[in-house]
Amino acid sequence: MIIENIPTVNIEDKLFLNRYIVDEIPHLVIIDQEVCRGCTAKPCMTFCPARVYEWKDDHTTVGYEGCLECGACRIACSFNNIQWTFPRGGFGVQFRLA
Amino acid sequence: MSIRQEVIIVGGGVAGLSAAYTLAKAGVEVMVLERGLNSGTKNVMGGVLYRQMMEEMIPDFWKEAPLERRIIEQRFWLMGKDSVTQSAYKDMSWDSPPYNNFTVFRSKFDQWFAKKCTEAGVLILNETLVTECIIKGNKVVGVRTNRPDGDVYADVVVLADGVNSLLAKNLGFHKEWTSDQVALAVMEEIKLPAKVIEERFNVGPETGATIEIYGESTQNMMGTAFIYTNKEHVSIGCGTLLSQLSKSNIKPYELLEMLKQNPLVKPFIEGGESAEYYAHLIPEGGYHSIPRLTGDGVLVIGDAAQLVNSIHREGSNLAMTSGRLAAEAILQARRLGEFDEKTLSIYPRSLKESFVYQDLAKYKDAVHIMERNPAYFNHHLPAVNSAMKEILTVDGKSKRDKQWLIVKSYFKGRSFLKVLWDLFTLGKAMK
Repeated sequence: MIIENIPTVNIEDKLFLNRYIVDEIPHLVIIDQEVCRGCTAKPCMTFCPARVYEWKDDHTTVGYEGCLECGACRIACSFNNIQWTFPRGGFGVQFRLA
Repeated sequence: MSIRQEVIIVGGGVAGLSAAYTLAKAGVEVMVLERGLNSGTKNVMGGVLYRQMMEEMIPDFWKEAPLERRIIEQRFWLMGKDSVTQSAYKDMSWDSPPYNNFTVFRSKFDQWFAKKCTEAGVLILNETLVTECIIKGNKVVGVRTNRPDGDVYADVVVLADGVNSLLAKNLGFHKEWTSDQVALAVMEEIKLPAKVIEERFNVGPETGATIEIYGESTQNMMGTAFIYTNKEHVSIGCGTLLSQLSKSNIKPYELLEMLKQNPLVKPFIEGGESAEYYAHLIPEGGYHSIPRLTGDGVLVIGDAAQLVNSIHREGSNLAMTSGRLAAEAILQARRLGEFDEKTLSIYPRSLKESFVYQDLAKYKDAVHIMERNPAYFNHHLPAVNSAMKEILTVDGKSKRDKQWLIVKSYFKGRSFLKVLWDLFTLGKAMK
């Protein structure tokens, strides 16, 4: 489905609102960059609500620090190419409201 | 040294805490393992918590629990680009005990509930991630955590670890969810003075309103948007089936931005400041997606068991009831001294007799029908607004001509038979 007149949103501004306790160990890992190279649609770069995944210098970068821990990428990556775990206890996003 | 408890509960959300509270009140030794800093720090909910299911555990909880607003009005919008057809139900009796539902902030509410559990004797260990179930033979006998020497053993393990229940999946209770079994919702809290919220939503100092929005709010993808009033925040969000979102070209936060900028929505949040931003998966597979619920020494409850009624946006109440029923099953199993699957199946049996299963069974095909047939969201919903526009715009055309135009445009692009079929199948699925 193609949607038109999409506004630009600075996702960093949104993620900046949240409290994160960042672990030095990433909890999201691309299993095989070669698979990403072969993936033309790269839907994770669109549906991820924290824009964790970006295509730079011929590979997928993983900004796990801003992850909202929704789990969408684990389910919707067409090639099951994302190793998804929870951050270790006490790490990751810590919501104050919701 | 290994720790031993009678029951371990993985996840300190409302499902897990309901099970823990019920068990502790009956004198059972319970430990809750929560991966966040506190209960509620990982939970995301639109914000409506139903009174009845909480009250079954803690009578008069509203007198002490941190609540935002008592909901006295529920509005429903069918939204077009610059038009909306509205309906609403307002009930002043919802402003007096026993109330119907409240908006809550889960981080505050769950922390309060966790405190009640601690007072009842539950041991809650925060900042603790469970990495796997420990299995002996076929029986789950405990869990492994990411703490040093972090194995904990128990007679029963309750999996209340939410929609991303890797534990239930790893036990083989279900396959990985498919993208049509979950909706991806994003939400923001917008800070506004209480007075402004009360004026804009036409409510009193402690009462509130909810708005569910269909149609343009999700760019006619299958899903809904919502606006809920809290004390000094407005929750605004939208969720679409992940299968549809991942095939579109829009990012979820852009969809949210379009909603916020829509001229019908903007006046409600204007001048407010974003306070927090969330994303969460909502299990929407419904009845057909409920996984295996019991095994030897293990039970699955709440979102982990796909217990969400997406048609009525109910989830936390199903989570609570499933937690309570699981606890009651464990109490019976404890009296019998057996924690095998056969004995624990008291839980799925009582769940089947409750509203949880019965409501999910009622709508078992509704979501799937709407997902398979995009006409509901991109033809029938917009048609309502076009019809209203035609009939209410006075432009010199006769009402009879207008009726004819409405009918003609309705069947343009969708044949009479197809429309009939759409309405029949959905009607049958919702009856």
